[in-house]
Amino acid sequence: MINDISLTINGIEVKAPQGATILEAARGAGIYIPTLCYCPGLTSEGTCRICLVKIENKKKLHPACRTPVEEGMVVITDDAEIERVRRVTLELILSDHDFNCLLCPKSGRCRLQELVNRIGFDERRLNRLNRVAKELPVDTSNPFFDFNPNKCIQCGICIRTCHEIVGVHAIDMGYRGYDLKVTTFGDKPFKESVCVSCGECVERCPVAALIPKKVEYPTREVKTTCVYCGVGCGLYLGVRGNNIVKARGDSENPVNRGELCVRGRFGYKFIHSRDRLSSPLVRAYDPLERIAHGIDETGEGGKPVIAPLVKREGKFVEVNWDQAIRYVASTLVHYKGDQFAAISSAKCTNEENYLFQKLVRAVMGTNNIDHCARLCHSPTLIGLAASLGSGAMTNAISEIGKAASIFVIGSNTTATHPIIGRDINRAVQKGAKLIVADPRETMLCRIADVWLRHHPGTDVALLNAMARVIIEEGLLDASFIEERCEGLEAFEASVMEWDLSRAEEVTGVTAREIAEAARIYASISPATILYAMGITQHSHGTDNVKAVANLALLTGNIGKPSTGVNPLRGQNNVQGACDMGALPDVFPGYQKVEDSKIRKKFEKAWGCQLNPSPGLTLTELFEAAYAGKVKALYLMGENPVLTEADTNFTEEAISHLELLVVQDIFLTETAQLADVVLPAASFAEKEGTFTNTERRVQRVRKAIEPVGNTRPDWMIIRDIAQNMGARGFDFNSPEEIMEEIRTLTPSYAGITYERIDAVGLQWPCPDTEHPGTSYLYAEKFNTPSGRGQFTPISYSPPAEVTSHEYPLILTTRRSIFHFHSTLSRKVAGLNVLRGEEQVEINPVDAAALEIEDGETVKVMSRRGTVRAKAKISKITPPGLVSMTFHYTETRTNVLTNRAFDPVAKIPEFKVCAVKIEREIDYGAEYWGWGTGKD
Amino acid sequence: MPQARLKKILSVFEGKKGGLISILQRVQEEFGYLPEEALGEIADFLRIPASEVFSVATFYAHFYLTRRGDHLVRVCQGTACHVRGARDILETAQHCLGIKTGQTTEDYKYSLERVACLGSCALAPIMVVDDTVYPQVTTKKVLEILTNNKDDAEKKEG
Repeated sequence: MINDISLTINGIEVKAPQGATILEAARGAGIYIPTLCYCPGLTSEGTCRICLVKIENKKKLHPACRTPVEEGMVVITDDAEIERVRRVTLELILSDHDFNCLLCPKSGRCRLQELVNRIGFDERRLNRLNRVAKELPVDTSNPFFDFNPNKCIQCGICIRTCHEIVGVHAIDMGYRGYDLKVTTFGDKPFKESVCVSCGECVERCPVAALIPKKVEYPTREVKTTCVYCGVGCGLYLGVRGNNIVKARGDSENPVNRGELCVRGRFGYKFIHSRDRLSSPLVRAYDPLERIAHGIDETGEGGKPVIAPLVKREGKFVEVNWDQAIRYVASTLVHYKGDQFAAISSAKCTNEENYLFQKLVRAVMGTNNIDHCARLCHSPTLIGLAASLGSGAMTNAISEIGKAASIFVIGSNTTATHPIIGRDINRAVQKGAKLIVADPRETMLCRIADVWLRHHPGTDVALLNAMARVIIEEGLLDASFIEERCEGLEAFEASVMEWDLSRAEEVTGVTAREIAEAARIYASISPATILYAMGITQHSHGTDNVKAVANLALLTGNIGKPSTGVNPLRGQNNVQGACDMGALPDVFPGYQKVEDSKIRKKFEKAWGCQLNPSPGLTLTELFEAAYAGKVKALYLMGENPVLTEADTNFTEEAISHLELLVVQDIFLTETAQLADVVLPAASFAEKEGTFTNTERRVQRVRKAIEPVGNTRPDWMIIRDIAQNMGARGFDFNSPEEIMEEIRTLTPSYAGITYERIDAVGLQWPCPDTEHPGTSYLYAEKFNTPSGRGQFTPISYSPPAEVTSHEYPLILTTRRSIFHFHSTLSRKVAGLNVLRGEEQVEINPVDAAALEIEDGETVKVMSRRGTVRAKAKISKITPPGLVSMTFHYTETRTNVLTNRAFDPVAKIPEFKVCAVKIEREIDYGAEYWGWGTGKD
Repeated sequence: MPQARLKKILSVFEGKKGGLISILQRVQEEFGYLPEEALGEIADFLRIPASEVFSVATFYAHFYLTRRGDHLVRVCQGTACHVRGARDILETAQHCLGIKTGQTTEDYKYSLERVACLGSCALAPIMVVDDTVYPQVTTKKVLEILTNNKDDAEKKEG
């Protein structure tokens, strides 16, 4: 930075950049100025008056945190007068404060304590100032932290944090004068407010007013990567003994810059959940009983004797690892080829995914491997690969904050990717334009310039109409299209049928809003598009993705910083699992299994013959299992019984299997159906790497020893492979696996543990000198022709529409307090914050159905029925209801539709027709006791 | 809370900026206080955080968050009134209405408040009922005023 202003502080010549404050200049020069309400990264309000300094030729004292430096300024930070003023100010603050420092959890780290030590106070005067201590009740409603207003010094740091960093605005200063205090809306307990419990305010509170429920100081900290969502926040896990006692954000990490959401900061507690599996389990029906006693066996014809229906009656028995591995290995031998399928895990590391697909391909001889990306971003992988070349975020997360306009479609970002949600919020605060397209009124809709509330499943109509406006008004980037794209004519012709009146009719969004959104996106650049499940989880998800890409190509908003098409990936390592080839049609690095040259390369590296035909997708393999074509399934860190669409079918399909091996950290709903359960170690108990949504490969480090008798997934896979007599599995550490990945995956070639030690690297990283790629397609697209492909997209309605019997549309959503089906449900505090399903229903529909807020209702689709509490709210429009799928108590995916996208095979989670009925039939009561129908 | 009345007030402010305090005043005029649901609706209407609306509403003594009586009885406790026995006046009012300062009668007819000074010290001690100022009141007068007021009100209703 250029230090272009020079000033004198306490007689020392100091240089500071233009616009810096006196405080910053002084701190830069190592001069101490006491502060209380100042917090780096937040605006300074100058309310505490502790940082007052003297400026020559100016009458009053000035707060150093708010006064900008001027050329030739002469500042004195410390003299008798300043000292006196500070002392009185401090005494006034202390006069209200609860003095119980020895018992205070903040003792030693308290800023007020520090100031008392530095500035001191006059005891007599303080006694005189001391008022009758107001005993305000402590708010203990939040499961993770307490708010003690008696210790609050009203510095306002928590409020500014909530406004400026988190953007939730849960708290503000309420009342005034002596009664002034930090309050939520309506002065309600934190738990009942809109607070998202992220704990950012707790982290920044200078005293013990906002304090974690249990303060435990770690003995050491381990730098690692968060295991929840795809943002991939840098994390420090605080370790004490073999326990994780704290998590805090890593301020060096470019993704989260030290920030965390509720799941990252408090969600680590699943690691020590009592429900963790601790020993391998096998079912104790006949042949297994023998295994449990260490007898290796095979039945007639070399196959183990398994009667598929009988086995479900068996109970789990604990066995040791040797027995479990030996059993799995000896059984799998009989299922080689396409009768075997595997589901890998987007929660596991890259190394584990690589090893798993290697086991499936090289040892089991099939390409039947897939993972949950099939259910979230498979249309992205296919659609973006066709349009642009790579199915990944084109730009980095840190670039979102610098965009001039942001178009969020089908993403409830503040709930699903809270840290990216904050970036959007900050960009809007700085003046960026925000367009949100969502049928539900998400948090982002409140700060959006344009909110397009289109009917679920009409995204193509909306995007095509926007494209037509852009073309007609000449807002397209002609030179960019000329130089770098192809297929414009056909595309242009295809969108011409979408005049605004037709779009209005189909989408339900007014023509004016569509046009306005198009104009903002096309004319205010750099413009970036963020999308998620709202785009992909449709029976035409791939079309949706291509329609999004068309818009970016049309306006030239791609291949430049802060632009792009950015699919927000869901799981922490779903990007990595895809990169590692845990997909049925590609090897690591998206190298096609059908390509004989590629296959040769892998055959040579792995020393085996490889199957040339692409395998079954996740959704297809359950159908194959149902039909008896797939007989054995090995599943790692995945819970399809809760997360597949139409889960009744999934369960049925699983019951047709001869063998189900589940490797997980919990006995999930799926694991309960398994024949063998292999207990795995959590992310805190192993080494490896995760690849986040912006393609950043980051380190995961072992903080504690595996809990109980668990083992890291890579060790389990390795041992099974070696037990099956396979070669090429003699790895002693994940780092060795990464070395092999590097040699076979061009985009990972330059990634070594040493290079990603501090902040990770974004692929493509073709060699060890390459600095990683922040944004893709700077020079050319990765399509065969090197040009961006416009794709004409025709609109098709959702697979299931409302009928007389099923008059409502159900769309699935996510809660900020939970993540998918397992991890977060094992954190007691998160269950306190949101412990049960809520069916969001519009007041209009609720009134028609005579449903009251909070009453239990039955939600029924053509496929099943679930029960949940109704939440009447205007978040969903009339005709639409929405549910999450986190709860095993309410298995929402029993309802969802198994209609697949024809290319990506993703089910239509976002649209299905349902009806809702009251749980209690009040009419029945008139029949009297015992006579009512049961 | 009747939504229609609130909607009507808000419609006047459609498209205008910075109308929070005016809206709060109008809503209080309409309902006699600021119902919590109304604050939420106002926040949605202005697209500002609900916590901010609450912050403003609690800052000004003029705004009330709980339902108050139809009539507001205010007794001055300023210096001039104090020396002329304002404490007795307030106690009598409390006794007569059966409530403490700052409270509202169970039938929501009266709310009693103390004020620091009404700026008419020559008339001390002062009691104000709604918009009527009663100068130089005595405990006896207080009883009379409040009883008469009660009777009047009953007559009107009767």
